[in-house]
Amino acid sequence: MLAIPASTRVMAAGTTLESMAMATAEKNAAQDFSDVVAAFRPQIFRFLLASTRDVDLAETLTQDCFLKAHRHWASFRGESTAMTWLMRIAINLQKDHWRNRRLQFWRQTRTNSVDAAEAGDWLMSGESSPEQQLLARERVGRVWQAVEGLSERQRTVFLLRFVEEMEIAEIGRATGLNEGTVKAHLSRALGRVRVELGGKR
Amino acid sequence: MIFDPKTTKELEDAKIGATGDLQGLMQDRTGDPTLQNTLRDFRMSVHAWSDAVYNRPRSVLGMAPKHRAWHRATAWALGCVLAAGVAAGGIHELNHQQQLARATALREAENQRQLAEKHTREAEDLLAKVDSDISRQVPNAMEPLAQLMAEDESK
Repeated sequence: MLAIPASTRVMAAGTTLESMAMATAEKNAAQDFSDVVAAFRPQIFRFLLASTRDVDLAETLTQDCFLKAHRHWASFRGESTAMTWLMRIAINLQKDHWRNRRLQFWRQTRTNSVDAAEAGDWLMSGESSPEQQLLARERVGRVWQAVEGLSERQRTVFLLRFVEEMEIAEIGRATGLNEGTVKAHLSRALGRVRVELGGKR
Repeated sequence: MIFDPKTTKELEDAKIGATGDLQGLMQDRTGDPTLQNTLRDFRMSVHAWSDAVYNRPRSVLGMAPKHRAWHRATAWALGCVLAAGVAAGGIHELNHQQQLARATALREAENQRQLAEKHTREAEDLLAKVDSDISRQVPNAMEPLAQLMAEDESK
């Protein structure tokens, strides 16, 4: 039998331990990412659905978002929260989509977006009277109309604040804007909503 | 990779749905109860819509939505009609051009023929005129005889 020197045996053991540690780390990272997907996928989907009002498009962009996140998961250092990081990816993907859409206007002239009035129909009945429900539904429809008329950036900021309930600083990190700009966009967006609701108050 | 404790907390928050007090957050920004209520309703409607869509059953091999298939069929039909129209228009235009070219060639040939006839006629006329002029002219040597003939004729 061939005698293996002690130093070689130690090196081999070290390499095995290293590879085992790497495998464990990879497994942990995969598990972490799975947890992140399970926790934040509905939220990312909701934001994209509210932004686009297109179910198919929101699903596609959500998939793309998590695919991109998975590719860059190793480079995520936790400087911001995972949610903010994912939201930033989602916002960029959405921007890219609209930019490509503008360039490829011949591909599909009509979007599959749900009508603003239809989007406002998803209101819980609660304990209010039918009249109040109708009024609330109408108001929500008006908010959708106002949101439709906002610029892309204003809409994003508005939805992050009033649908996703993110803090101003967090919105700033997700959108890459400073807090003052976020507040300005939010203020304009709210002004637009107020004007839209004004006629019915 | 070490999982950030902040992210872990966030995951827990997301799991239990503890996202903060909306009412308090809105109160700071708007100060208008109607607007607050409307924004709350808006948020609830988006959440309800998103949850309904997100939790709906999906098939792995999802069929294309009916309206999409219908749009695609209509787009194809319109495209075919447009292509056929363009092709027919092209052929018609080509025929028209050929007919025009043929008519122009015929007209040109007719003009050429008329011009040639005219030239021929002119040449013949000129020749006839030259002939008649030549026949009336009398050489100098024959002048006395010609005078005699003229006198005889007068007698």
